[in-house]
Amino acid sequence: MSAESPSTVPSSTALLEVTDVATWFDTDRGLVHAVDGVSFTLERGRTLGIVGESGSGKTVLSRSIMGLLPKKGVVRQGSIMFDGAEIGSASPKEMRKYWGASMAMVFQDPMTALNPVMKIGKQITESITTHLDVTRSFARELAVSLLESVRVPDPERRMDEYPHQLSGGLRQRVCIAVALACGPQLLLADEPTTALDVTVQAQVLDVLEAQQRERFMALLLVTHDLGVVAGRADEVLVMYAGQVVEKASTATLFSDMKMPYTEALLHSIPKIAEPSHTRLTAIPGRPPDLVDPPTGCRFAARCVYAQDRCREEQPPLRPGVVPGHEFRCWFPVGTPEGAEALARNQAAGAVAGGK
Amino acid sequence: MPDESMTGDPMRGLVGEAVGRGTPVDAGTIDMAAVETGPEVRRRKKKGLGVAAWLSIGWIVLVVGLAILAPVLPIDDPRAITTDIARRGPLADAGTAPGHLLGGDFNGRDMLSRLIWGGRTTLVVATLAVIIGFVLGGILGLIGGYFRGKVDVVVSLVLDVFLAIPAVILALALVTILRTQPGTKGGGLDPEVALILALGFVSIPVLGRITRASTLSWSQREFVLAARAQGAKHRRIISREVLPNVLPAMLSIALLGIAVAIVAEGTLAILGASVETDTPTWGNMIAIGRTALQRAPHVVFEPALCIFFTVLALNMLGDVVRSKFDVREGGL
Repeated sequence: MSAESPSTVPSSTALLEVTDVATWFDTDRGLVHAVDGVSFTLERGRTLGIVGESGSGKTVLSRSIMGLLPKKGVVRQGSIMFDGAEIGSASPKEMRKYWGASMAMVFQDPMTALNPVMKIGKQITESITTHLDVTRSFARELAVSLLESVRVPDPERRMDEYPHQLSGGLRQRVCIAVALACGPQLLLADEPTTALDVTVQAQVLDVLEAQQRERFMALLLVTHDLGVVAGRADEVLVMYAGQVVEKASTATLFSDMKMPYTEALLHSIPKIAEPSHTRLTAIPGRPPDLVDPPTGCRFAARCVYAQDRCREEQPPLRPGVVPGHEFRCWFPVGTPEGAEALARNQAAGAVAGGK
Repeated sequence: MPDESMTGDPMRGLVGEAVGRGTPVDAGTIDMAAVETGPEVRRRKKKGLGVAAWLSIGWIVLVVGLAILAPVLPIDDPRAITTDIARRGPLADAGTAPGHLLGGDFNGRDMLSRLIWGGRTTLVVATLAVIIGFVLGGILGLIGGYFRGKVDVVVSLVLDVFLAIPAVILALALVTILRTQPGTKGGGLDPEVALILALGFVSIPVLGRITRASTLSWSQREFVLAARAQGAKHRRIISREVLPNVLPAMLSIALLGIAVAIVAEGTLAILGASVETDTPTWGNMIAIGRTALQRAPHVVFEPALCIFFTVLALNMLGDVVRSKFDVREGGL
């Protein structure tokens, strides 16, 4: 009994199990390695934050999980287990029973994610009637209560309005209501607050978090902003150039980050304690070309810790001291080797990439 | 004296400053008023259709109304011949025809009656033809624009091939083929039906291209992906998400299409491929009249003016439809 349970329990509780997922795009220039060997598990009721800058593959990863990428010119590898079923290579036809019903997505831009010529109410009931066998009036009642639960004021009136009559924050709440309509077990939020005013970002995130708690959903929160995941995600996956470069519980990541990229991301957030006109620390350079990724560490060219070894040999994802903490670095932050590498670079007058 | 002027200047300056201080306040209040009335004026302008649009609507209502009511209107039989009024009418060499406002044609048939009955046929032919093009072209365009890829290549190729053939020649060929069924003497379709089918077929590629182009841009919007991510089927996405957005462009072009079909009917009539001349259409009225353009110009000009105003009105309405539907998109 006791010998069996540890092996069976984790696999049954993990709602989403992603193993070595790779998504490549076949372009004229060659294969773009947009996502390259990503693995993680996500349990019910938990939040996983995926952080990375533009082009790091986070959006492609979330669309790969949803199976929303076009069939043509896309190479998909690896396994995606959702609720005990393999969906990594499922066709859109097979995916349709999951879409909306058990996994749903909130998109980045609420301005374009709603149909401009369809009333708000209709857009919500549309997805309810697709999956549930309910009457029109019941679907409407359900839609009103959904709008209420995502804190849309005066939901009855909003039901009969068109998207252009709503503000950005309200529209994103409507998008969330649409996504929640059929009670999905997994919600993927792809930069849900990027297109919003800073003043409503926190409100929208609070709505997402409240709904996730209430419904015991798994939430995949994709963002480029470490600040967004800071208080909300249980675990964070830092992505760079299609790979996971660091994975840790949120607390560990912020207190004991090992990957220079994570550190650089954190340093690039302006701090309120700093005096005005302090120069913002930016990460120099751009992410590498994903058609022909560098042989060594993909971040080496922009890294202040980079040594010769980084440019020649790709570091594996290796475990840290804290269980569940993994990172991809030869000279990790906060270790003697890391400090030595940094000191050596600084002594040599190198800025980034060890040059 | 210079001292006084010296002291006076600053005084004047102060007064000027006071006035100067006053004026910005005044300007401010005026501006406020302007700001308050500004949007309202603009909104009213946007909501109003303008004189030209109302005239267009008025003309279309008149023409369509008369066409529908033709059987019950107190007008002559369009086939009844009154020899007295033959070749008589406004501007005609033979003088006007009393009791017949628009005169008579060469055979002495009442022009007003023929215009109304002719309009009836012309409008029915043009409208039904465009409905055929609207439905079939629309379906092809939606499928090509939505699915893209190989489907689109095939759809676009077919539409392009038919667009490349001059419309009038294609229609002429179709009318001829449809009216004369091989093997049976004088068989084939009713000339009116043949005309509708031919013009309808010709309008398919035009409406198809417009629908495809519009569908292409709308189906790449995120809300289409969002609908897919909610588990909606392709058919549902096309009919509920894409079609309502594409419809304004289609309707606008369809109105234009009716105008083009009216002109095309006229062209076919001159080439002798319209309906039989005892059933009046605007087109075959012109075709008959052109033989005596100088002596009895009214026989040509009256139907020509009907075509002119109807085509103009339909074009105007096409623009109105487009701008009316655009309001929602740029609503803020």
